[in-house]
Amino acid sequence: MKKVINIPENVVEEMLQGIVAAHPKYIKRVEGFDVLVRVNSPIDGKVALVSGGGSGHEPSHGGFVGRGMLDGAVAGAVFTSPTPDQIYEAVKAVDGGKGVLLIVKNYSGDVMNFDMAAEMATVDGIIVDKVIVDDDVAVENSTWTIGRRGIAGTVLVHKITGAKAETGADLTEVKRVAEKVIANVRSMGMALTPCIVPAAGKPSFVLTEDELEIGMGIHGEPGTHREAIRAADEITSDLVDKILAEMPLTNGDEVAVLVNGLGATPLMELYVVNRKVNEILCGMGVSIAKTYVGNYMTSLEMAGLSVTVLKLDAELKQLLLAVADTPAFVQF
Amino acid sequence: MNKSVYGVVHAVGDIIIQNKAYLSELDQAIGDGDHGINMARGFESVFIKVDGLGEGKDIGSVLKTIGMALISSVGGASGPLYGTAFLRAAVPSQGKNQLESETVGQMLLAAINGIKERGKATRGEKTMIDALEPAYEAFESARLSGKTTIESLEIACEAAKKGIEYTKTIIATKGRASYLGERSIGHQDAGATSSHLMLKAILDYYKE
Repeated sequence: MKKVINIPENVVEEMLQGIVAAHPKYIKRVEGFDVLVRVNSPIDGKVALVSGGGSGHEPSHGGFVGRGMLDGAVAGAVFTSPTPDQIYEAVKAVDGGKGVLLIVKNYSGDVMNFDMAAEMATVDGIIVDKVIVDDDVAVENSTWTIGRRGIAGTVLVHKITGAKAETGADLTEVKRVAEKVIANVRSMGMALTPCIVPAAGKPSFVLTEDELEIGMGIHGEPGTHREAIRAADEITSDLVDKILAEMPLTNGDEVAVLVNGLGATPLMELYVVNRKVNEILCGMGVSIAKTYVGNYMTSLEMAGLSVTVLKLDAELKQLLLAVADTPAFVQF
Repeated sequence: MNKSVYGVVHAVGDIIIQNKAYLSELDQAIGDGDHGINMARGFESVFIKVDGLGEGKDIGSVLKTIGMALISSVGGASGPLYGTAFLRAAVPSQGKNQLESETVGQMLLAAINGIKERGKATRGEKTMIDALEPAYEAFESARLSGKTTIESLEIACEAAKKGIEYTKTIIATKGRASYLGERSIGHQDAGATSSHLMLKAILDYYKE
């Protein structure tokens, strides 16, 4: 494998040092832990937001630590949820006395580790609550699975919940808003090439020259099925159809769109996809209040993308458009 | 050879570390390919923490140390599950330096219940429980019929092995493998495999 790294075991540590060196006005590291927090943490009088997960999804989640979004982000080993002690340190570092909300992506490991950390923090008297993001429509949500995965829609949860927390709202209110976003955000992804976890040294799966994997998650795990590659417009239509099947939209609805690159797909291609997303939604009489196109929640060097649609009401729209200033998300 | 809990900890860790690539490969097929890497890292941390305890600690204390070390170094789903398993197994063995058969049975049961509570899984979902629960039942059955601890453990290991084979035949309804639905059939579960390896390592250590 060709990667621009030193030894694989040191990747996360060196990455964190590099991030802090790049953005010292935004974030600082909790000494001795793989945790990034706002430079002015803890902030009194505000509910603090902590998220995180395995590394390899940059800029998620450390890139979203800053005004209007997260207070803290925890970095696990690549594609591995962080351990409770790390999450617990993040909670302690950001707690400003008004409680901490954990934004957790729906994977068994993430949920268990964040739960254990919340138990530890509760013993200390810190008020902790959590929400679980499950925006991916690729996996059937049934009693026969552990539920849908959390993917790029999580970034919109960070944005809107972060804006709400910035107003000084209490934990119950902040959680209510987060749950509303989660209930109204749906995503679907696909991949053209696998990625290589540094410690593994070889690709997570093999796709031939003309195959793509539909329903790809963000850890290199296989998706729902494979198919032959087709034109962007056809693939995009399928992704949007799947999203609309789970979250019907009609004439007059307003949405936000996030076309998210998984790491190796050029911006050019993401924009080609966005053209079609825009055409489909506008064709239905749906108005798009805001569009984001770029690499928000990647999967190392996987080529592919996900489309996220968030159904807006007045409250969500106002919070979505509010100011945010973080290393990877700046909006004025 | 002088057997000690410290010795068996190293035996278990060594087997896991030796099988790192194999476990990751199993996890690649129906997961994200990091089970071996994570567990190996976990046991390297276990070695440091357990050796750092110094001599003469009771079995319960050693198991608790293993549990905490795994929780804080493995991550993913395996960390909380195995970590909780060892923490729970520490309870019946607290203060003891030797284990009667009955206690070993209690430890296995406590471990399995910890995993079930933490992971909210039951048998038949293609997880480590499909190796461990049959192993426990076989152990108890052998023990109650008068077999020695070692004999019972040997029978338990065989049951765990059968459990692994069973996982190949079923659909995963827990963990990342559950996203694959029917595609998960035909592949054995990585967690069931590492569970069996641990039991086998303990058995082989005491049989030597």
